[in-house]
Amino acid sequence: MTPLLQLEDVSKTFGPVVALRDVTMRIGEAEAVGLIGDNGAGKSTLVKILSGVYAPSSGRLRLDGKIVDFQSPLDARRSGIEMIYQDLALCNDLDVSANIFLGREVRRRFGPVSVLDRTGMATETARILGELGLTITPEREVGSLSGGERQMVAVARALQFQPRLLLMDEPTAALSAEKIRVLMSLVQGLKKRGVSILLISHRFTDILHVCDRIVVVRQGAVVGEVAPHAQPPEHTMAVMHELMTGDRTADA
Amino acid sequence: MSAEVSAPASAPGNGASRSRPGGRDRLLAVMQRRQGGVNPGLLGALILLFVGLSVFSPYFFDSKNLLNIGRAISIVGIASVGETIVIISGGFDLSIGSVMAASGMLSAFLIGLGTPLPVAFAASIVMGTLVGLANGAIIGYARINPLITTLATLSIVRGLSYVLSGGQEIVVHDPTWIAIGTETFAYVPYIVLVLLVTFLVSSLVMPRTLFGRYAYAIGSSARAARLAGVAVDRWRMAFYLTCGGLSALAGLVTVSRIGYAQPSANMGIELDVITAVILGGTSLNGGRGALAGTLVGLVLIGVINNGLTLVGVPAYWQLVVKGSILLAAVLYDELRRTRRDET
Repeated sequence: MTPLLQLEDVSKTFGPVVALRDVTMRIGEAEAVGLIGDNGAGKSTLVKILSGVYAPSSGRLRLDGKIVDFQSPLDARRSGIEMIYQDLALCNDLDVSANIFLGREVRRRFGPVSVLDRTGMATETARILGELGLTITPEREVGSLSGGERQMVAVARALQFQPRLLLMDEPTAALSAEKIRVLMSLVQGLKKRGVSILLISHRFTDILHVCDRIVVVRQGAVVGEVAPHAQPPEHTMAVMHELMTGDRTADA
Repeated sequence: MSAEVSAPASAPGNGASRSRPGGRDRLLAVMQRRQGGVNPGLLGALILLFVGLSVFSPYFFDSKNLLNIGRAISIVGIASVGETIVIISGGFDLSIGSVMAASGMLSAFLIGLGTPLPVAFAASIVMGTLVGLANGAIIGYARINPLITTLATLSIVRGLSYVLSGGQEIVVHDPTWIAIGTETFAYVPYIVLVLLVTFLVSSLVMPRTLFGRYAYAIGSSARAARLAGVAVDRWRMAFYLTCGGLSALAGLVTVSRIGYAQPSANMGIELDVITAVILGGTSLNGGRGALAGTLVGLVLIGVINNGLTLVGVPAYWQLVVKGSILLAAVLYDELRRTRRDET
């Protein structure tokens, strides 16, 4: 079966700095892939290429087996790839509804003028917030929400448009233990519905818990892959550490 | 203050149970909306000033005097609509006074050559939008600080209006143009009507269109807007373009009031415009503000200027008062922001 997304020999350089070197990896349909690596290993560069923020310096991206060339984050979103940024990338002065629909506003035409469908967007926002079990109104200003609530708004925004692949960069950083549990069960629910997930996290326990496969990057290159469910967690953890630090080089 | 997050038994798509938003939450939302509109303190200050001046001076609360205030604020007011939009979007425009002068000069010059009035006016407005477009392009694409960019265009455009007439003023004889500044419709001066229509249209546009939505979004976080797929640089050009066009309109109104176009017209008017905008509650940091607030700020400044004259304060002191008000408004904005960030 063709994987949902494939990276083939993807490299990214910034002037003399090589951020990614010949990265080849795949993400299958309804598969949750973990991405780990030390700071500066190239995790963020990799997801930015997948989300259309950066174009690769060389190499190819394939979606459903076909080569794609994302010129902007909008291109990636149109292909069904949603990204939840580490800093959430929300507009604090705007309300929840405006944030969720930012860049994809619903409008109605009145002759030559097109007007925002504010009621429609607020209703739709209330629906998705309710489904996520959030008791905030669509009119709440995002800047007035707690860190956890803001995180969930970012999640709601990504889910609103039924993505095929959800990229999550350190999604648990701002969350309490309770909220992390909620988010992780959400990830599992998405997987069951056929959504693919790429999860970057420093919390190995989250990754071990929800991911089917874990890709380890080091100094801009993929150095190994771990199947967490094949081995006892302690063993997988040890292998992940060794791959990250360079103590182990072969695939586990 | 965290909302209850119950375990999402199902992901979106299934009809999961939905909890009703709490009353406290709704109240907060309403309060926030009010904060985004007119500051009640500002409105209170305006009412107090109205009452105080009516008691102090027998001339203040007189229909003629009130219409005078309306005339006096109309030029600053039209330009302040454009400046409000630019500042909400996180920008700044210092070139408005120069664009006003250039607009008046261009139309007066073209009419002198026998150009019909509507064509001359259109040329001025187009000139204003082009200056705005240039401002927006330089700020957006070349990433030059808006203060420096518009300071430079301020100088360039002012210089060109001197060049156009060799520094001379141009007296306007066109009766229609002069009538706009002197005649009234149902007791209301035409220029006050122009001001009101400008405010009305823009107040309708800002909350209801992509143009307004993106001004707030880009002012709040240009990065977030860009990542969400908003063409940030193109929209920035649209905001500066609007400001340039409205400044040009204000320049045409200036000529209609004084009867001649001069290259030195409206020098330093940026101070009045920016004071009205900031006083009205628009944040210098972008993302927050409303045109209704600018209107109240504008009227407040108009009333203060008028009142100072009526109670016999020398004109030079008015500058000191204006500067102090601007400083107070900026301090208030900063305090409010710090308080919000701390909570």
